[in-house]
Amino acid sequence: MPGPLSPEITIAAPPVVAVEALVRAFSGRRAVNGVSFTLAEGDCLALFGPNGAGKTTLLRLLAGLLSPTSGTCRVAGFLLRDGPVSRAHVGLISHASMLYSALTARENVEFTARMYGLRDPANAARSALGAMRVLDRAESPVRLLSRGLQQRVSIARAIVHGPKLILCDEPYTGLDEVGSAALTDALAERRASGAALVLVTHNLGEGLALATHAAIMQRGRFVRYERRGVVDAGAYASEYRELVTADV
Amino acid sequence: MSSADVALARPPGMLRASWLVASKDLAIEFRTRTAFLSALVFALLAATIFYFAWDSTAVAAPDLAPGVLWVIFTFSGLLGLQRSFSVEQADRAIDALLVAPVDREAIYLGKAMANLVFVCGVEAITIPAVMLLYNLPLGRGVLALAAVALLAAIGLVAVGTLFAAMAVNTRLAELLLPMLSLPFFVPIVMAAAGSTARLLAGRPVAEAWPWLRILVAFDIVFVVACTLAFPFTLEE
Repeated sequence: MPGPLSPEITIAAPPVVAVEALVRAFSGRRAVNGVSFTLAEGDCLALFGPNGAGKTTLLRLLAGLLSPTSGTCRVAGFLLRDGPVSRAHVGLISHASMLYSALTARENVEFTARMYGLRDPANAARSALGAMRVLDRAESPVRLLSRGLQQRVSIARAIVHGPKLILCDEPYTGLDEVGSAALTDALAERRASGAALVLVTHNLGEGLALATHAAIMQRGRFVRYERRGVVDAGAYASEYRELVTADV
Repeated sequence: MSSADVALARPPGMLRASWLVASKDLAIEFRTRTAFLSALVFALLAATIFYFAWDSTAVAAPDLAPGVLWVIFTFSGLLGLQRSFSVEQADRAIDALLVAPVDREAIYLGKAMANLVFVCGVEAITIPAVMLLYNLPLGRGVLALAAVALLAAIGLVAVGTLFAAMAVNTRLAELLLPMLSLPFFVPIVMAAAGSTARLLAGRPVAEAWPWLRILVAFDIVFVVACTLAFPFTLEE
């Protein structure tokens, strides 16, 4: 047993995200009710749950778009309530494109790169659009792109600054095969670089395929939370259905 | 871009972030031109309607024009302010803006700067048009009138940008923005119309000075107060 100052001891990297007893109430109703979890570099939490379970509220809390009623959330070691510096490490992908339709794909992504203070916004935008295989439409106004292409540009916008925590709310919605493959590759590349992922989806197969951790959320709580390794995908699906239908 | 690069990146400061937001908003307006053209057409039509409704034997042009000008600027300004945050609401672009590592106050200042350019643009075309229409001599008062227009625009934009952010999430945004803003616009319109009347009457600039001081005080108080209040309008 090594002593406290033994050279064999290695100090573990701090978690990318550490959430503790997070609560968010709206007019007294708790949309997120005491959620706790941690994710290390490269981890992916697949978050399942019925509509209204609090998944999107949890993502908005992690993104810093909502303030918690109580509890704490640290991203890359920064408390989210520390303000702008903590949000520099977060990337948010949602079903809404969060793009300006009058601007081109390149202008949208470049604007985000500038807002994050990247040294070479033009190059960063080009490489993010390239990663999402939409570089050939970089000069098209977003309003002229199809829903799927807009989603790809939106993902490029979310990852242009190399976030440490990527929050995905149904990110595959509207993507074709090429777009889905590009997203999977981009997320894998980000995870390999040390980013963690929180993926909200209703598609159990899609979520479990990427996950290192899986959670089912119901009425604002994690009713199940475990490592992916101990999850049997087939059994998980039927247990999920039972949980959800029992709650109706 | 790797995380290491991001660690080296430094989020923009308040002024830089404000400038980025303002230039983005102006680029959007330049592409679409919807708000500017609507406001300009409204301003010119309103000036023309006032002209035809005017009995020149009863009221002299220098007495009527200040009121006409500031009623027009108040309502045409609202058209631009309305659009300021509706651009962000479409496709929830506001969420991406709020996740960015910049102070909320910088977003407000950027929006206000873009709105100021918008209102000043409308003023720059409408004032000469009204001068021509009402056959008003301005002469050496032109610089002073430009200063009044700028100071009044700052006040209108400071208050209007804050209320546009508050109103945009409501179902009655188009009604709520004027209802919230107009009571706060009263002191600006009074001071601007008061100083404009003296300048158009050919009185010395010193006579307009008390009104100008009110405008300056209003601008300082409301720019500071609205900047500080803005982050609270974004709380859900």
